[in-house]
Amino acid sequence: MACIEARGLRKAFDKTIALDGIDLRVEEGRILGLIGPNGAGKTTALNAILGLIPYQGELRVLGRDPWTEREQLMRDVCFIADVAVLPRWARVSQLLDYVAGVHPRFDRAKAEGFLAKTDIRRASKVRELSKGMVTQLHLALVMAIDARLLVLDEPTLGLDILYRKQFYDSLLNDYFDRNRTIVVTTHQVEDVQHVLTDLMFINHGRIVLSCSMEEFESRYWEVMVSPERLAAARALKPMHERQVLGRSILLFDHTDRQQLAAFGEVRAPSISDLFVAVMGDHAGTAKGVAQ
Amino acid sequence: MNTQSDAAPESSFNSQAIAPAAMSATRPLYWSVRRELWENRSIFIAPLAAAGAALFGFLISMIGPRHRIGGLSALHPAHQSESVALPYDIAAGVMMATMILVTVFYCADALYGERRDRSILFWKSLPVSDLTTMLAKASIPFVVLPLLTFAITIAMQFIMLLLNSAVLLASGMSVATLWTQLSVIQMWLLLLYHLFTAHTLWPAPVYCWLLMVSGWSRRAALLWAALPIVVIAGVEKLIFQTSHFAVLVGTRLIGDTPSAAFTAPGTFPMDPATHITPGGFLSTPGLWIGLVIAASFLAAAVRLRRYQGPI
Repeated sequence: MACIEARGLRKAFDKTIALDGIDLRVEEGRILGLIGPNGAGKTTALNAILGLIPYQGELRVLGRDPWTEREQLMRDVCFIADVAVLPRWARVSQLLDYVAGVHPRFDRAKAEGFLAKTDIRRASKVRELSKGMVTQLHLALVMAIDARLLVLDEPTLGLDILYRKQFYDSLLNDYFDRNRTIVVTTHQVEDVQHVLTDLMFINHGRIVLSCSMEEFESRYWEVMVSPERLAAARALKPMHERQVLGRSILLFDHTDRQQLAAFGEVRAPSISDLFVAVMGDHAGTAKGVAQ
Repeated sequence: MNTQSDAAPESSFNSQAIAPAAMSATRPLYWSVRRELWENRSIFIAPLAAAGAALFGFLISMIGPRHRIGGLSALHPAHQSESVALPYDIAAGVMMATMILVTVFYCADALYGERRDRSILFWKSLPVSDLTTMLAKASIPFVVLPLLTFAITIAMQFIMLLLNSAVLLASGMSVATLWTQLSVIQMWLLLLYHLFTAHTLWPAPVYCWLLMVSGWSRRAALLWAALPIVVIAGVEKLIFQTSHFAVLVGTRLIGDTPSAAFTAPGTFPMDPATHITPGGFLSTPGLWIGLVIAASFLAAAVRLRRYQGPI
C-alpha cells in the first residue's frame, strides 16, 4: 500500500487554483522533498494530505480519506505545520502531559530523553524559549510518537545553520527507518539534498518534476564550458545555461556523460541549480523535465 | 452538555485501531478540558479575586460605623433574617456577575484565540476530534464555571460567617441570632440550583452564540457577536416600537428566569428551599427552545472549527 496516493487532486480558493489536478504516489519508507516557489501549492497539498482542508479528486493517506477521517489518521500521522505553532502560553511539562494524555502512541520517556539533550527546562513556557528551542521541543514531541507518516512544512524556517543541521541529523539518526515516511517542504534545499530519497518540484499547482534521488544523480549533469566550445555544447540541447565568472555552465538532462566530458569538467548539479533551471524557464511549460 | 454523544463515534474507531491505540474515549476530552484551564487562567483567578474583594468589603463594613448587627435584636424577626442575609446575598451576587463576565469573555475567545496564535495547527496535529475539542470548550461555561463559582462562593460565605461571628463575640454579643436566622445549607442549595438554572441552562443560547461567533470571526469576536443583536433590536424598535428582542437577549444573559423557576420571587430570601422548583423550570417551553437553539449553535461551531485554519 502506498503511504500517500492522490489522483486528480484539485483545490481552488475563490478564483485562485492552488492545486491543479495533481497525481502523486509516495511509497512507504521514502523521504520526499516537495520543492517549489512561494504560492506554488506546497502547503495546500500538505493541508489536503493532513485533512485540514476539503479538496476535489481522490486522495488516500495510509488508506484513509484525510478530510473525513482526520482524527483517526492523526494517530498514525504527525506534522510540524510551521515553525512556532506550539501554544506560547503552555509550559513544556504541560505539553508533555497533554500529548501523553491524548495520543495513544506517544512515548513520554522518549520525549524526555530527547529534551535531556537540549537546554529546554520542563518548567519553561514556550514563549520563553528561543525559536530554535521551540523547534527542538516540537521535534522531541513528534519523534516520540510512533507514527507512520511525518509531514514537515518549512520546519526550519528562520533557524540558524546549526539548529538546521541538528534538526535533520536527529530526524535521520533517531527517527527515520524503513517503515516510516517523511514528506518535507523547504526553501533551504541545500539542507535536505543528502536527506531525501525522492524529489518533487511543484509550481502553479502542478508537479513539474518528480524523480528519485538515484535518478536525479544519474540523469542530470552540469558542464562548465569555455566560450570556444559553447556552440558545440549548445547543439546537445542543454535544458539551462548560466554564466559564472565569464564561463558558461550548461545543465543537461538525459545526456551521455562521456559525450559531455569533451566540453569540460562534468559534475552533478545541486537541487537548487536544477530548481532554477526548471523554474527559470516558465516551470509550468517545462515539458522536457516533467516527463 | 451531553458527553455521551462524543463517546459513541470514538469507541467504534478504537476497535479497528492497532494494539497500543486502545485508549479511553473520554481521555482526550479530559485532557482537552485541562488544556482550557491551563490556557485560560482567568477561569479561576477572576472568581478568586472577586471573592477576595467581596471579603475585604465585608470586613470593612463590619468594622465601619454603619454595621447593623448590633441593632439587630431590635428588629422584627422577618426583617432580622433579611438584614442578616443581605451581605451574603450581595457577595453571592458579585460572584455570579463575575461568572457571567468570565463566561462571556471566555466564549468569545474560545475558538478565536487558537486561530490567532496559530496553535490550532498543533492541536489539529493530534488525534482529537473537533467535536471533542468543542465539548471541552463548552464544558467551561456549562460545567466548570458554575461548579467553581459554587465552591468559591460557599468558601467565601463560610469565611464571612466566621468573621461575622468573631466580630459579634468580640463585642460581647450572642451569635445565636446570626446562626439561627441564616439557614446556611438551604442558602447553598439554592445557590447551586440558581447557578445551574439561571446562569447555565437559561443563558445557554447566548453562550453558544458566542462560541459559534468565536469560531467564525477573524477579529474582534465580541464585536461581531454583539453587533447583530444591537442591529436586530434597533430595527425592531424602529419598525414596531417594541424591544422584545433586546429584552429577550438581556434577560437570558443576566439569568432572569421566568417565575416558574422560582416561586414567589418577592419573598426572596425568606425560606430559600421553597424557591427550588425544578419541575416548574423544566416545564418552561422557553428553556427547551433555548437549549435547541444552543445545540444548533454548538453544532455550527464544531463544523466551523473543522473548516477554519489559522488567521
